Amino acid sequence: MPEFRNVVVTVNEEPREAEIEPRLLLVHFLREVCGLTGTHFGCDTTSCGCCTVLFDGVPVKSCTVLGVQADGHEIITVEGLGSPSELSPVQEGFHEEHGLQCGFCTPGMMMTATAFLDENPNPTEEEIRWALSGNNCRCTGYVNIVKAVKWAAKKMATSGVSARGAAPIR
Amino acid sequence: MALDEIQIGGLGASRKRVEDARFIRGKGNYIDDFKLPGMLHMETLRAPIAHARITSLDTSKAWMTPGVHLVVTGEMAAQHNLAWMPTLSYDTQAVLVTDKVRFQGQEIACVVADDPYIAKDACEAITVEYDPLPPIVNPQQALAPGAPIIRDDKAGQTNNICYTWEVGDKENTERVFADPNLQIVSQDIYYPRTHACPIECNAIISDYNSATGKLTIYLTTQAPHIIRTAVALVAELPEHMIRVIAPDLGGGFGNKVPVYPSYVIAILASILLTRPVKWIEDKTGNLISSSFARDIYFHCDAAIRKDGKIQAVRIHADTDNGGFFSDAQPTKFKIGLFHSIFGCYDIPYGYMTAQGHYTNKAPGGVAYRCSFRITESMLFQERFMQTCAYEIGMDQAEFRRVNFVREFPHRTTFGFLLDSGDYDKCLDLGLEKIDYYGFLERQKQARSQGRLLGIGISTMSEPLGAGNSREYDIIGIKMFDSAELRVHPSGKAVLKIGSKTQGQGHETTFAQIVTHELGIPADDILVQHGDTDNTPFGMGTYASRSTPTAGAATAMVSRKVRAKAKKLAAHLLEVSEEDVEWELGRFYVRSAPNRGVTIQDCAFAAYTNMPDGLEPGLENNAYYDPPNMTWPFDVYITTVEVDPDTGEWDVLKFIGVDDCGVRINPMIVEAQLHGGLAEAFAMAYHQMITFDSQGNCIGANYMDYMIPTAWETPHFELYEVVTPSPHHPIGCKGIGECGCVGGPAAFVNAVVDAIAHLGVRNIDMPCLSSRVWEAMHYKHDVPGTPPLPGT
Repeated sequence: MPEFRNVVVTVNEEPREAEIEPRLLLVHFLREVCGLTGTHFGCDTTSCGCCTVLFDGVPVKSCTVLGVQADGHEIITVEGLGSPSELSPVQEGFHEEHGLQCGFCTPGMMMTATAFLDENPNPTEEEIRWALSGNNCRCTGYVNIVKAVKWAAKKMATSGVSARGAAPIR
Repeated sequence: MALDEIQIGGLGASRKRVEDARFIRGKGNYIDDFKLPGMLHMETLRAPIAHARITSLDTSKAWMTPGVHLVVTGEMAAQHNLAWMPTLSYDTQAVLVTDKVRFQGQEIACVVADDPYIAKDACEAITVEYDPLPPIVNPQQALAPGAPIIRDDKAGQTNNICYTWEVGDKENTERVFADPNLQIVSQDIYYPRTHACPIECNAIISDYNSATGKLTIYLTTQAPHIIRTAVALVAELPEHMIRVIAPDLGGGFGNKVPVYPSYVIAILASILLTRPVKWIEDKTGNLISSSFARDIYFHCDAAIRKDGKIQAVRIHADTDNGGFFSDAQPTKFKIGLFHSIFGCYDIPYGYMTAQGHYTNKAPGGVAYRCSFRITESMLFQERFMQTCAYEIGMDQAEFRRVNFVREFPHRTTFGFLLDSGDYDKCLDLGLEKIDYYGFLERQKQARSQGRLLGIGISTMSEPLGAGNSREYDIIGIKMFDSAELRVHPSGKAVLKIGSKTQGQGHETTFAQIVTHELGIPADDILVQHGDTDNTPFGMGTYASRSTPTAGAATAMVSRKVRAKAKKLAAHLLEVSEEDVEWELGRFYVRSAPNRGVTIQDCAFAAYTNMPDGLEPGLENNAYYDPPNMTWPFDVYITTVEVDPDTGEWDVLKFIGVDDCGVRINPMIVEAQLHGGLAEAFAMAYHQMITFDSQGNCIGANYMDYMIPTAWETPHFELYEVVTPSPHHPIGCKGIGECGCVGGPAAFVNAVVDAIAHLGVRNIDMPCLSSRVWEAMHYKHDVPGTPPLPGT
């Protein structure tokens, strides 16, 4: 039998403790152990970005991080954006500008956009396109995703809300 | 007072999507998100080699791996009469290999275990020994004398040809070509293999309940009803005891129409183990084994008058169908609707032949974001039109215009009936928006300064929305679609459709059709789809057919409901039905317009206050069999700049003008076009999945088969023209595939145009910088593949 390791990972501000195999990918830890299925598994090769989550605030592709590497760290997933009653500016922007179709890439795309807007709250179109170039979308042709990020930037500027929006409900 | 239709989310409203609420919160329901009690996980072992006999297969170590419940081989599948299955083109396909491997990635065995990691470990513990056979990787090799026969399983198969087909008027076409006053232009083009590759791969959970005998299949499929019927027929299970649930699809684009071997084994495993079995395909498995698209060779001759009018075309197409002929297409058309080629041009005579070939590649020919090989025909058509314009010395826009169809209805050379369009209007708008004539001047100036600018045009009308059922079916199931509408006592409604969304937003737009017909606000209408127990039979979503068929059925069922509501209104208003008039959302007395009842009043009366003799309730269903396809028309024009030193090229501007008839939700129509155009750009620019001489698939992951990102993808500027479909109840036409069908030629034409003065006429897709550089440097065409014999 494989050896198991104890980990404590803070996911969306909530500590999660589990015994896991060292080979378990972070994406599977989030989906199977934590039951947070908003983070999707797309391509196996760190290419598509569907599985993007924030690791201590930095976007990472969780198919290429082991669960044990997240021990003692903070992870934010799509479920950690906004609150049940309020959408984050990025979530709202994707809805307002029709920045999603099938929705499969959307959580990863929004996580990247969230980290990007935290760093650069007033980006140009070129900066947005470059920032999102680690995330694939097969449906939208990106036109409306770019608009969605611009919409979110504007919302942040006028409302003073951060890209991630209100703190999540525990 | 009549309602404001846009305000309540009716026809023409850019209504925000209702689907978004779950997706932006990470609450979508894709197959991998489902967890059933007692669920097991399956993994598929695939062949690493393209053509080989299996000399030994040892699964003993897999069986001994702790946590493994079942190992299924071809031999075991054969015991259950499931070693082979029918394809959508009346061929057969191996479920698991019993005799020999016919392509790299073919399914050898499946392992079912407690978790997917264990199932993967156990797959690695299976030992297979192969006796290699010479691999055949293109039609040229397939036809070579002495080539091994790939389908030696088929009685009477003495070569590697899987079909031949012809259409048109051979005699008159040849007569025209014999006219010495006409100029003959010829060209060969290859459309390489592509893969739809939705980001969510194929996936299934099969759940067999041994107590009730009910089989519930959770499947990421575009066609749940067809799958149910197919499973019933193949597995000989009673159809009423099969339920297919297709929840949220992470894209489809044609890849999620067929039945794949691992689905069959997952179903078998859940029946044998009486436990739910989940199989989630990995990306490499998806790219190397599931249905490919294109892979087709085109040769065309045109006989052209001095004024530019094409008098006849002669076409031959060779398709590479891989190891099994599994094209999803109407039964009577062996190369799909390829003969819709040149449809928007008024060409008196044409003759076309086609031949399909078995090779040692994964089964191909799936309709990837196009209805039945129309994507291929439109690329060839528009690439060839540009070549003809160069060869006869005409402006490429004018050459198209000279040949446009202008009078409708029009029967095309190959027999389709065009029913509507205004091609000149679309082209004029496109030329104006790209500043065509200004660009031609700038192109000339730039060339004198050593800069290479190009402009590419693509114009086309494609048949979208299959059927009618007279001509179109898949494995005998006729092509139509359906809708069922229930209006509850409080006036809120549930619409159930036979089609299925793969991301296009049916839950939003189909409600808008009901709103248009009944005046019930769109927010009061829930749209359900993708569950065979709870929706009427339909053919699913592909061929841009949802709006032309299920959308039409939605309008028709709404009208049936309105007809009944009118009887209720007459009863409530105490007048005869003939005295009742309708305006959006309300019936009123003709002679006293202020006396009226709303549709909601009628709904309440249907359950609380019916007139004597009227059946209670306010619901109905409709099956819609369209009398014709719908014929959108599209103009795509792009300008590019090619780097003379490297062959790299950038899009300067892209203009699209689309006439898809009436737009239900303009926001969603535009977004459908953006998506299709991005895929078009990808194929023209860099996306390549190919095979080496041993049949190894090159491009088996997203690092090699590169999906364009926001960084490479250009901005698309879109405009509309509206010519309603004359037969669709609300005048709509299909649109979802237009960008992907018409787009590629615009990009390639622009690149070729930038260097056409060097004598270059063709660069096969993708127009990699290395190919463009070679074309410039050596002043010749750059084919993507060796030529076929006889061309």
